[in-house]
This record gives sequence, C-alpha cells and structure tokens, in this order.
Amino acid sequence: MSTLIQGISQTGQSRFLTRFRSNPFAIPSVLMILVFVVIAVGTALLSSFGHQWPCDPNLTNLEQKLLPPSSLHWLGTDNLGRDVLSRMLHGAYISLTVGVVAVSVSLGIGVLVGAVSGYFGGMTDQILMRTVDALLCFPTFFLILTVVAILGPSLLNIVIIIGLVSWTGTARLVRAEFLTLRETEYVKGARVLGQKSWKIIMHHILPNAAAPILVTAILGIPDAILSEAGLSFLGFGVQPPQATWGNIIADGKTYLLYAWWLNLFPGLAILIASLSFYLAGDALREAAEGRD
Amino acid sequence: MESFIIRRLGLSLVLLFIISIISFFIVTLTPGSPYPWGELNPKISAEVKANFRKKFHLDRPLPEQYALTMRDLFTGNLRSIKDDRPVMSRIMERLPATLALNVTSILISLSFGTLIGVAAARYAGSWQEVTGSFITFIFIALPGFWISYLLATVLVTNFGVPILGTQSYGIDFPNATAEWLDRLWHLLVPATVLALGGIAAQSRYLRATMIGTMKEDYIRTARAKGLQEDVVLFKHALRNSIRPIISGIGMLLPALISGAVIVENIFAYPGMGRLGYEAVLERDYPTLVALNFVVAALVLLGNLISDILSAAVDPRVRLE
Repeated sequence: MSTLIQGISQTGQSRFLTRFRSNPFAIPSVLMILVFVVIAVGTALLSSFGHQWPCDPNLTNLEQKLLPPSSLHWLGTDNLGRDVLSRMLHGAYISLTVGVVAVSVSLGIGVLVGAVSGYFGGMTDQILMRTVDALLCFPTFFLILTVVAILGPSLLNIVIIIGLVSWTGTARLVRAEFLTLRETEYVKGARVLGQKSWKIIMHHILPNAAAPILVTAILGIPDAILSEAGLSFLGFGVQPPQATWGNIIADGKTYLLYAWWLNLFPGLAILIASLSFYLAGDALREAAEGRD
Repeated sequence: MESFIIRRLGLSLVLLFIISIISFFIVTLTPGSPYPWGELNPKISAEVKANFRKKFHLDRPLPEQYALTMRDLFTGNLRSIKDDRPVMSRIMERLPATLALNVTSILISLSFGTLIGVAAARYAGSWQEVTGSFITFIFIALPGFWISYLLATVLVTNFGVPILGTQSYGIDFPNATAEWLDRLWHLLVPATVLALGGIAAQSRYLRATMIGTMKEDYIRTARAKGLQEDVVLFKHALRNSIRPIISGIGMLLPALISGAVIVENIFAYPGMGRLGYEAVLERDYPTLVALNFVVAALVLLGNLISDILSAAVDPRVRLE
C-alpha cells in the first residue's frame, strides 16, 4: 500500500518537474537565482571573515572618483571613489535579505489570517476579509513610505513594514484554498474522528495548499526587492554608507550625464534579480496548476 | 439589480469606515512625532506647544483624535501642519494632474495589454509569443525610478525634448493645438512608464483567460462556420474574456498611485504622489492621513463603479 502511494506521488512529482522544465524560462531563471544567492551569501560570509573582494565597499578614494569601468575597477567608481562592483556585491546581500525576510513576515501573517478565515468562516471570516478588502484599496508603496518615514528607515524597519502591508494577497489565496480543501473527504473524515482544528489545519489542509503558497512567496520576493530599491532611491531605504542597489543609483543620479555606470549596472542588477524571481514563480505556478 | 447595488453600497460604506480607521491609525500609532520642533527645544515655550497640541487635537485621547480628525476631514476643516491650509484644498489642486496621469496610463495599459494578450493567446507557444511574454515580464521587473531616469536622460540629452513638468515653459506656442500637444507629450512619457506594469499584468491575465475561452464549443462553431480567425478572436473570444479585465481596472489604481510617488517626483509632475512624498518629508500628519484616506476612497469608488457596470452588462455577476 505504502509503495503504491509512493509510486503515485513520485509520478506526480516527476510530471510536475517535466512541466516545470518545459517552460523555457524555468531553468535559466532558477540558475540566475542561484547565482544571486551565492553572490549574496558569499559576500556576507567573506566580509564576516574580514575579507573584502574586490575591495572594501566603503573605502573612499577621492583621487579615483567617478572613474569609468576599467581593469582595476570593473564597474567603475562612484563620486567618493568607492568601487561600484564591491558595493553592488554587498547590495545583493541587502536585497536578498529584504526579499526573504519581508516575504517570511508577510507569509506568516497571510497564511495565519487566510487559514483562520477559510477554516472557521462566519463572523471571523467576514471581519478579516473586509479588512483585507480595505487594505487592498491602499497604495502599498505609499503606505510603506509613510510608515518607514515616520518610524525612521533601517533594514529591520523596512523588512517588517514591507511584510506587514503585503500579506493581503497571500491571505486571500490561502483562504480560497482552505474553502475548497475543508470540504474534501479526508478533512471531513479527520473532523469526524475528532481531531483538533489546528491539527487538521496543520496536517491535512496546509500541506495540500503548499504549492500555491510557495508560488506567492516566490513572487513576493521581487516585490519586496523593488520596494526596498524604491525606498532607497527616495532616501528612505537602508541608510548610507551601507551599499544597496537603490542607494548606488540614488547617489549617482547627480552624475547621471557623465557617469552612466552608476545608474546602469545597479539598475540592471535589480532588473535581472527581480525578473528571475518573477519568471521562476510563474513557471512554478503553471507547473503546479497543471498547465503546459 | 437594485438589491445588488444596495448590497454593494452597504459593503462600500463598511469598507470606507475600515479605511478611515487604517489611514488614521497607521500614521498616528507609528512611533514618531508630528511636532515641527524638537521635543526638548528650550526656546519654544510650553504655551506655544500646548496651543499647537490643542489646534491639531493632539492633547486628546486617540479615539477622540480619530473622531475629530474624520469630522474635520469631512467638513473640510482639517489643516496641514506645514502651511496651515485646508488639507482637502491641497489635495484637490493636485487631483486634476493625478487623474490625467492615471486615466492616460490606464488607457495605455488597457489598449496595449489587450492587444498583446490577444496576440499571445493566438500564437501561444511560438517563439514570438515566448519572446513577447519575456518582454512583458521585463515590464513588471523594471524598477520604475531607474527606467524613468534613463528615459529622461536619453530624451533630454540625445533628442533635446523637454519632458519635465506639465508643459514647456518659456516657449511661445504658435497656436492652441501646439500647446495642447506639448501638454499631451508631457503627460505621455510618465504615463507610459506607469503603464508598463499594467500592460504586463493585463496581457498575462487576458492570455490565460483567452486560452481557456478558445477551447469553448462556440469558438469551434464560429471557426466551423468559416469565420476569419481575427473575427473569431476579437468578436467571439475577446468579448467573453474581457470582463475580468474591465472589473480589474479598479485594482490597477493602487499600484498606479504607488508608482506615481516615484515617477511624479522624477518627472516633476504636480500630482498627488508628489504631494504625498512632500508630506512624508515634512511629517505632515494631517495631509498623510487625508491623502491615504482619499486615495483608498477613490479606489473604493472605482471598484464600486466597475462592479455596478459589469453587473449591468453581465447578469451573471449579480449572483456572485
């Protein structure tokens, strides 16, 4: 019996993988995400051991300011003579942290609200879902900007606030999944057997809603990265001298006309990173929904 | 139909109440203070501070502050901390520019989104379609401030066309048409940047629904009748797939206003997004509360209108 079930789930998995791989963007985007993660984690590890490659991102050298890309500074230097490549490597770490932590926060709230709302229904559901409807009317980025500006910008504040305002989509999705799944035979069976509500939610319903939740999580990461970059650009992001992709562009906007490398490379980095997550998330969604 | 509208109106009133609570408390509950002075500045007398607190109801408990703020907001007495002008008139003078920008950008995303979506459904799976959908994903992933700066630089330095503000200054236009075209051009560039995300979202969504619709029996019948593929696509398939797009217009608005905060700043466009950024810099609490409230209320109104419209067009909606 158990081997039979294993066999079925294996074919299910391999069919899922085949569908995922058949998307032309799936493999390249996953590889790009891996490169991004390796760069971010590698830079963080190296600098925690005191090694800075290619050099210290905050080392200023006014004799070498605003140099175009060369063999010494591959991506040029900024207005304080800091090496743009080093700053971008450290920016990758910030972007990844923001993406992952903000999505964890929003996923936690979204899954909790959606699960409670979908499983219990009734008045609780009404109150929670009307709050979600109301929150969806607000322009997210402006809400984030308002709160970050009042609270004071820091990495911790930013990730928490991005997470706190962007859980509504997840909550709706999880609720919809729960509404369908709570009517299935095995959930009804578990309820008849007298299992506790939270056990049914954790063991029977949530695992079956894992795929769509994973998809929203992956699609949430680039949203958070773009929000952080926008905040940094407006001066309310992670504060200087900490290098972030948005900061480099913001610092470089004064020199835009003759130092294009300060704008082009970090912008491309944001674009490629978020594009990879969007493409991978979309491929995953199509594979999970069973469309080819 | 009447009971549908009444139900919708009732729901909207409830949402408006929740929106007012969120927009007030999200600003006031955040640690930080609206005072234009340092709390410990010895040069400001206690009397001045007390007057200031009294004027903006900051000496009252929070629930009372909320009630007073909302009363002032609706009677038009809510004043900005920055310049002591009524907040609503500050918002109203920015409204035309914002509406022009958002309506243009919705029109752009709707028209291009529909065309791209239909084409993508028609040629689904071909390499042209794959390239096209890659480009639409780039539209979503583009950081708005980056592409705005690149566009502004290229247009100004390489082509020498002015794009900042709502119109070119210091030029005598030969006639009204030229001036009108100049304004349109100044509107078009930021509106296009804002529309990129919408184009992508609409076309992806339409592609998915269209592919579903194309499997319906009546599409096969239409083809069997010998109708041309374009007629089948636009007359039969698109009409049955476009309702979710139309009712989704309301949900484009929050993202547009969000984008406008950055894009209006870069293109020096005097809309509500720029007002919001200025209010954030000035810690102007009344303006922030009012702005968040007004924008959310506008979105709510947009949703209400599009719901009623689609219910009027499609009886199935009334039962949902």
